[in-house]
Amino acid sequence: MPESNIHNRSLVAWAKNTPEAVVLSGDLTGSTEISGFRDAYPDRFFSMGMAEQNMLSFAGGLAREGYVPLVHTFAVFMYRRALDQLSMSICYPNLKVRLFGFLPGITTPGGVTHQAIDDIGVLSAIPNLTILEVGDATDVETMLDPIHAIDGPVYIRMMRGPIRRLFPAEESLQIGKARVLSTGDDIAVISSGVCTEDAIAAVALLKRQGLSVEHVHVSTLKPFDDPQISRTLEKQRYGVITMENHSVIGGLGSCVANRIAEEKLSVRLAKIGLHDTYAHGASHPYLKQKYALDGAALIAVAERLTGQDFGLADSDLPEITATQQNLRSADQLEAL
Amino acid sequence: MSKNWIPSVESAAHNIRKRVLGLTIKQNGCYLSQALSSAEIIATLYLQTLDLAPSTGDFIPGKFSGVPGSADGHPAGHGGKYNGRGSGAMDRLIISPAHYAVVIYAGLVEAGRLSQDAFETFNTDGSTMEMIGAEHSPGFEMTTGSFGQALSQAGGVALARRLRKESGRVVVFMSDGEFEEGQTWEALQCLAHYKLDNIKVIADVNGQQVDGLTKDVMNIEPLESKLRSFGASVSVIDGHDPQAIDQAVRHTETGKPQFVLCYTDTSRGIPLLTPRKPHLHYVRFRDAAEMQEFSDFHAAM
Repeated sequence: MPESNIHNRSLVAWAKNTPEAVVLSGDLTGSTEISGFRDAYPDRFFSMGMAEQNMLSFAGGLAREGYVPLVHTFAVFMYRRALDQLSMSICYPNLKVRLFGFLPGITTPGGVTHQAIDDIGVLSAIPNLTILEVGDATDVETMLDPIHAIDGPVYIRMMRGPIRRLFPAEESLQIGKARVLSTGDDIAVISSGVCTEDAIAAVALLKRQGLSVEHVHVSTLKPFDDPQISRTLEKQRYGVITMENHSVIGGLGSCVANRIAEEKLSVRLAKIGLHDTYAHGASHPYLKQKYALDGAALIAVAERLTGQDFGLADSDLPEITATQQNLRSADQLEAL
Repeated sequence: MSKNWIPSVESAAHNIRKRVLGLTIKQNGCYLSQALSSAEIIATLYLQTLDLAPSTGDFIPGKFSGVPGSADGHPAGHGGKYNGRGSGAMDRLIISPAHYAVVIYAGLVEAGRLSQDAFETFNTDGSTMEMIGAEHSPGFEMTTGSFGQALSQAGGVALARRLRKESGRVVVFMSDGEFEEGQTWEALQCLAHYKLDNIKVIADVNGQQVDGLTKDVMNIEPLESKLRSFGASVSVIDGHDPQAIDQAVRHTETGKPQFVLCYTDTSRGIPLLTPRKPHLHYVRFRDAAEMQEFSDFHAAM
């Protein structure tokens, strides 16, 4: 069963012994799961309204004075609307500001204005910034301590609402360390964020067809220096498939492509993601089918790489899951 | 400073003008008009009005050693050391328009916080004394060349100081062109919302920007009533009158951020420049004859 309100709860617990942590909200307190913090620590919660340029620079000022601002809003309003402030007021001075960017990729029916489809690509070029993306309940629940240890700005591509737990609760997210979910040497699947859940199901199907599949979940997009990635890449017979809830330009797929070129690895790469297009407003299940970002898409690409036809039907894949919420649910309505 | 402080400030303002004109001649180009409009403001703040902690910056700044976050790089806020980076009851001075860097450097010299020899490296390769300063440059606590960001950051500093129960003020020196930036109004909205009356904005309203007169490029007036309607306390003064500057900065209104609008003249002290108005954003001389004319003027200053 998916779990709800994870960030809301873990942030309150974590902040208890972190008095320097302050939370800034861009008029999205319920939608970014910081109402618990607001109620528990009203003196450390600051409503900044719909004024994101000011919010990001203001966070820089607080960080200069030794506070650790945790800025919460939808990702698009940070990296798109206030990119100059993000870069000049936070990243250039290398300040301990934590940017929690919600609604990654096509996970929201809020449409093109709310869908962060190129945030990793845009932010990857900014020096000093660490970029993370969470993929399950354990990632969300365990990220705050490792993030706090980073002496510089961090952007977190966030999940919210009901989230399935894919990884053991005691196995904390570690910066710069991918999770190896299965090992194999026919093809590798490197996935991030919400894609990992779909990939797990698709990989299980492929393995039942006799394919040897290595599956790796990546949570640190920058710096992208985990040696595990090279170990995974160098042993694959047919190739590697990256799967990301993001444009295939500038995100996980591009990071893996760079690694292949830089280390002269001889492996074919196929990227699953948004292929240089904006999306539009609809449910996550609908959008991921429309834009070939689901388990069926992963199987199709695996067939192409291996030259095999597994004869699998959509019905072999699991039904709608936790992160594919009903468009009409209460959670979703509040979100917008 | 004694009650006879005004002649000292006026002398410092004169020296700021003279030093920047000298650089403009030497390098054939500088942000000269900004020095002419703001000389009294900067001199008054540094020499008379603010309670700044002593400088902990090197009297002759070293070379640029790297950006924050890099090995051996300057840490965040490095240039603010020259303004004391005060805590407790001491003031903080934050410079918003980084294009005024040369004026700030000259002000630091007059305040005894920077060697005049440092000017030899102004705008030369490898120097921290850059033409448009960043937070490794003397006097710059923040990187503010992209306009409108300092006021928001200063708001964060002011809130932090209030949370720590410090009584010192956060003083932001701003240029009038920055009122065209939307972020400035976001910032003011926020300062007023949080009743941050420990923040003071001293604006050089010289009425000019790159393309010409501010009223023609993008009118910002009526500034006083706009600021008041946003919840600020506002003083309007002659920005070349040290006594008026000093009195206005000392004025406070409980629960309101304070703005001091200093109306100024971009050719003040060098009337030779007056015919070239309003295109004075970056002053260069057209030919040897004009250069000589200004050199003669400089020698007589």
